[in-house]
Amino acid sequence: MLRLEARPQPSQVMSLASPVIALLLTAIIAALLFAALGKDPVKGLGIFFVEPLSGLRQLSEVLLKATPLIVIALGLAVCYRSNVWNIGAEGQYLLGALAGGGVALWLTTQGIVLPKLIAVPLVLLSGVLGGMAWAGITALLRDKFNASEILVSLMLVYVAQQLVNYLVFGPWKDPQGFNFPQTKTFDASTWLPNLLTGTRLHIGFVIALVMVALLWVFMFRMFRGFQLQVGGLAPAAARYAGFSARTSLWTAMMISGALAGLAGAMEAAGPLRQITPHISTGLGFTAIIVCFVGRLHPVGIVFAGILLSMMLIGGELGQSRLGLPNALTGVFQGLLLVLLLACDTLIHYRVRLRRSPARQHLDVAVPAHAGIQRATQTVDPGMRRDDGGKP
Amino acid sequence: MNEIALLIAATLASGTPLAIAGLGLLLNEKAGVLNLGAEGMMLVAAIAGFAAAFTTGSDTLAFVAGAAAGGLLAAAFGVLVIWLNTNQYATGLAVSLFGYGFSAFVGVGFVGQKLAERASFEVPLLADIPLIGPALFKQHPMVYVAIACTFACMWFLYRSRAGLVLRAIGESPESAHALGYKVRWIRLGAVVAGGALCGVAGAFLSVVYAPLWVEGLVAGRGWIALALTTFATWRPLRVLLGAYLFGGVTMLQFALQGAGVDVSSQLLAMLPYLATIIVLALISRNPAWIRINMPASLGKSFHPGT
Repeated sequence: MLRLEARPQPSQVMSLASPVIALLLTAIIAALLFAALGKDPVKGLGIFFVEPLSGLRQLSEVLLKATPLIVIALGLAVCYRSNVWNIGAEGQYLLGALAGGGVALWLTTQGIVLPKLIAVPLVLLSGVLGGMAWAGITALLRDKFNASEILVSLMLVYVAQQLVNYLVFGPWKDPQGFNFPQTKTFDASTWLPNLLTGTRLHIGFVIALVMVALLWVFMFRMFRGFQLQVGGLAPAAARYAGFSARTSLWTAMMISGALAGLAGAMEAAGPLRQITPHISTGLGFTAIIVCFVGRLHPVGIVFAGILLSMMLIGGELGQSRLGLPNALTGVFQGLLLVLLLACDTLIHYRVRLRRSPARQHLDVAVPAHAGIQRATQTVDPGMRRDDGGKP
Repeated sequence: MNEIALLIAATLASGTPLAIAGLGLLLNEKAGVLNLGAEGMMLVAAIAGFAAAFTTGSDTLAFVAGAAAGGLLAAAFGVLVIWLNTNQYATGLAVSLFGYGFSAFVGVGFVGQKLAERASFEVPLLADIPLIGPALFKQHPMVYVAIACTFACMWFLYRSRAGLVLRAIGESPESAHALGYKVRWIRLGAVVAGGALCGVAGAFLSVVYAPLWVEGLVAGRGWIALALTTFATWRPLRVLLGAYLFGGVTMLQFALQGAGVDVSSQLLAMLPYLATIIVLALISRNPAWIRINMPASLGKSFHPGT
């Protein structure tokens, strides 16, 4: 009989090993699923995990798709570390795309051609503001009305999607677009500059890496970042230290709103260059998985973003090459997160064979480790296991 | 007049899945477990129910399949949060994301398929009353089952011994544990029952309400059902009334369109979600009131001190 035994201290090794174990388990299940669908498992896994890295063009596509995932996940990491459960990054992303894309569209329809050095920052900044405004609704309702940020931020995703639909089916529809629900293609002056000629990879990837560095500094080298994390790990301690929970809420929501909005604007002015009802393919939700797989750490998020991006591209390849349904990616993504959370148990506990009654008797003489277990619950480098006093 | 009767009938039908799922989540939460996986469980149950109805032609089997699918997914969630003590928010979210992907994957072959001709139901005699008959008594039996479930839930929680134990576990698992109740197993039971009810609600959506399958069919109703438990301050009867309120708001958009109101359909489609946000904010406004009504251990994991 197996049993879980609390570790005296959370295992740093397991915190890093857990995503790897979860990924391996996901790959094993994927292989079994391929076999069950009558496809060659080796070929199937190859399409998901090898093919996307097999050349410069493929690699650039992986990085292109990883860019919004990384940027959104960075903001979510700040939220989850401060125990603010913003799960509506998708909505903030959509509003960023609408705001950034809206400015680009306005410049285009007005025939205003600004130098790229002004136009691109203008578009990105509008996206940031759009995302912040959308996140601000959630923060305001949480702050003033005590409404659950989980439900409000999620409901706002549906509202945002309908807003996108309304605009592209209505006022923003391209009059020369043969009645397709899409806007005009933006003027070239608003497009994000390309990073590598011959690929679609744009300057946004560099911006994402800069954001990674900034967020690392914010989280681990700035007092405000420290305050946020204390508030997340030990709300009572934060209150005692005089750190305002309201400030934490607003800071976390504004940072994640800004980053999701930035990601939206970068997608609109990057690879898409117009707004359609499909400006997001659930990137805001995939970013949640990126955030957890990346251990809520900026550097980890870069690797996790690339991994999840590979899975997205693998799904598309699997559809075109092996005739697998594209929805398979969603199954693997969800599975990865579920397995990851299960494996995270190993950070705090180790699996032991149940000892014989005689040994158990000896245990009684040793001070029970229940107390230690409670105390260590609060110092988790990765993610909190326990909810810290949230309603 | 006839339009009003039809609007009421449609409101009851669209409130029913919300009510059933809301009651399931209420049972969950009364035991102290918050399951954010409602949306995912409903989606998986919706496709399971649709597949069962499509292949066997039986609505009853569809509901059984839905309940089994919802219960199974809930059991997986339960084992993770109750035994492995994983974070309830993250795990629930993971279940929702998995459910979305999994239902889309399984449902690929069912998109665009039609179920056999739906039987119409009516309560004998009562259905012939003018106005009231078509409004209230020509519904799918599940609509009345939802009402019965509400009262059963009230009786169970507030009049039965098992319900008392369940509530005690939600308020203070430590005390219940000290009294010798198997906190973890009882919590698992509540989670599975809640998942099964969410499953019935999901099957109702795909088999009776829609009746068809598309990716993401549930369209946020799992989340609205979660919000319902807060609106209802964890009272069964208020869950039912809240569900009808939201059913009414959903129907309002179609009624407005039918009445020729010149607002685009996309803006009207925002209504149920906006209404959820507004009502949630109004109800939650007083933190003390929420704190009094909310099960005290909601969302917290329990470690028996072995």
